[in-house]
Amino acid sequence: MTAATLPPPRETGGPSAWLRQNLFSTWYHTVLTVVVAVLIGLFLWQVGWWAVSEARWGVVTTNLRLFLVGQYPFEQAWRIWLSLATLSVLAGLSAGRYGTAVRTLAMWLAAGQLLLGGLAAISGMALAVPALLLLNAALVWIAFLVSVRRPLPRRALLFGWIASVPISFLLLSGANAVGLPTVSTNLWGGLLLTVLIATVGIVLSFPFGVLLALGRRSDLPAVRLLSTTFIEVVRGVPLVTVLFMADIMLPLFLPGDVRVDRVARAIGGITLFSAAYVAENVRGGLQAIPTGQIEAANALGLSAVQRNRFIVMPQALRSVIPANVGLFISLLKDTTLVVIVGLLELLGIGRAVLAQSEWFGAQLEVYVFIGAVFFVLCYTMSQASYRLEEALGVGQR
Amino acid sequence: MTTARPAPVPPWRNVRVLRVVAQVVVVLLVALLVGFLLRNLVTAMSERGLAFGFAFLDSTAGFEIAETPIPYTATDTYGQAFLVGLLNTMFVSVTGIVLATLLGLFVGIARLSGNWLVTKIAAGYVELIRNTPLLVQLFFLYALLLQLPLVADSIALPGSVFLNQRGLFVPAPDLTPSFGRWLLFVVGGVVVAIVIRLVASRRAAAGRPVRRVGRVALLALVAIPLIGWLTAFQAPIRVDVPIQERFNFSGGMALSPEFTALLAGLVLYTAAFIGEVVRGGIQAVRRGQIEAAHALGLSPRDTLRLIVFPQALRVIVPPLTSQYLNLAKNSSLAIAIGYPDLFNVSRTMANQTGQPVSVIVLVMTTYLAISLGTSLLMNLYNRRVQVLER
Repeated sequence: MTAATLPPPRETGGPSAWLRQNLFSTWYHTVLTVVVAVLIGLFLWQVGWWAVSEARWGVVTTNLRLFLVGQYPFEQAWRIWLSLATLSVLAGLSAGRYGTAVRTLAMWLAAGQLLLGGLAAISGMALAVPALLLLNAALVWIAFLVSVRRPLPRRALLFGWIASVPISFLLLSGANAVGLPTVSTNLWGGLLLTVLIATVGIVLSFPFGVLLALGRRSDLPAVRLLSTTFIEVVRGVPLVTVLFMADIMLPLFLPGDVRVDRVARAIGGITLFSAAYVAENVRGGLQAIPTGQIEAANALGLSAVQRNRFIVMPQALRSVIPANVGLFISLLKDTTLVVIVGLLELLGIGRAVLAQSEWFGAQLEVYVFIGAVFFVLCYTMSQASYRLEEALGVGQR
Repeated sequence: MTTARPAPVPPWRNVRVLRVVAQVVVVLLVALLVGFLLRNLVTAMSERGLAFGFAFLDSTAGFEIAETPIPYTATDTYGQAFLVGLLNTMFVSVTGIVLATLLGLFVGIARLSGNWLVTKIAAGYVELIRNTPLLVQLFFLYALLLQLPLVADSIALPGSVFLNQRGLFVPAPDLTPSFGRWLLFVVGGVVVAIVIRLVASRRAAAGRPVRRVGRVALLALVAIPLIGWLTAFQAPIRVDVPIQERFNFSGGMALSPEFTALLAGLVLYTAAFIGEVVRGGIQAVRRGQIEAAHALGLSPRDTLRLIVFPQALRVIVPPLTSQYLNLAKNSSLAIAIGYPDLFNVSRTMANQTGQPVSVIVLVMTTYLAISLGTSLLMNLYNRRVQVLER
């Protein structure tokens, strides 16, 4: 019997088997694992040592308020809190109504606020700040529980989200007509301005993008030519040149008596820029629709408008949501470029803080902090986008 | 038998008429908008005493540029300053594209490695880079470079590369007088290799046996330049190694901290994206293909070379093109750390000449031309790759 002489099979489960399969499968992999582990260990040790003993994190904690809201007046801060509370409640309500992707986002919003609260607590800000952030995180949770009990209609939620953008904007900028003192956008800054530019940019560019995509797919040559030219020209130039153009040429393009502030100019430039990219995303969605759908719509006698409104757009827009989340992430990162036209968003505030003689030389600390804020925001959204892709079954149909 | 002719369609329901009307309306609206903007522009410019035109390109620039690949001084014209900026942009973009492709290939393969640690590190690198803004990375790298040791305590890297506060010092190729003669041998080698291939394909078309064409052609391609190199009275290309002196380096090529930070930032950033493109491309090759190659008895190397790579390339090339374009466009962030690229020089020009509109038009057209040129080249290559499939 030969079977009796064979050694027993190696175990295939348990931690030692896992180690053998994934780290030490051959002599070559063993060497690689050891070398890489030593290198990464040394690197992490160096970075950790720097972060714990050498880095002057005081530059962040002392200026935390600047980093978050810029020079937004202290006595008007309740307006920011109110906007944030609206966002928290809406996120909580949506989390109870929609699937895992929105739940991930809401969870991260709550977690982010807690994190920020902790940071505010150790930075020695007024005790109200961490308390209010804690309250906001709780609001997300409460709204979620309420929404699970008594789900709101989706339409109401959608309306709430769409309405929240202009309402928050008005609340923050103020209007003398309703007795809210105006806060000039020059005073806005930090994370507040970053989020504002990105959000307003994507919201405004969306309708433009959809129109451009339809135009590019139109069977009218003149319309197609105009849309294609716009899209390709914008996609062929860097964003900084567009921002620069918006900064210098927008005032020249408008009638002499119209004044646009710098934030609005930057938002205008970003809107124009991202519209071209939204258009390409939407075009992808339009192309993914089977011809049969359009033929069926024609056979039913729908007009071109009806066909787009009821058959084409709902399917196309649904399938491009993940791509647009990706676009929003890159737009959020690209808002840092407004530094070049002199706005004080998160990175701009960082540069301004570094110009104080007190914090001269604390560059690495500031850039690590800013990078970390962006990482949390973007990583969260990209994870949500993966969930969304799974939920919508993009690429699986 | 006569059929009743259909009643003529009234013009407001005639599709042909409607199509024309719709287009005319759209064009008119756009023309009105553009006209409105242009009229405002002309008024605003004349009010501010600005003019449109490119005559300023011939007048003296009057500003220095820190890094000039071609001779340039402040007494040269704006046109030459612009050219210097353009060349700097091209230089950093081309170097960046080559390095980012190599690093990206490495990252993509590392992400598919069987080694858990390597896979996780590559994934961590990709997530870290992709989720933070490039501009923050650039500022970070630049700050890091400026904190490096002084020249006297330069960090020596393998291959005679030195890193210190003044930038990166690398060996540079130095062309000697015999380079021209050697170049003739190189061209000769290429021509002979092409002739061999042509003859072989003629023979193959005529049905005669052809053997080892690739190897013979390769031999010609390598051997002829080698003969040229060996018979030259001095080496056609010498490697000029940087030598550390007391306060600075002599020889080699000195890359400024600005250039080094920009190049490192662009390469690290784009490589993360290219890594994902490569990974996607390799994963898009079906398992069955690899199993079939094994079943046919192909070695792992041949499987990779003949089966996986050609098919992956088909998926990789289009998104790779857009990454190259992104890198070229992102090089305009040079302005943030003070490397004199196209956009940086142009912005100085716009401030000095008082003709921002002309400068913006010039800059945008140039970037557009770079983008279109790159995508044209890559589309040609893409077509080649795609045809190989069938």
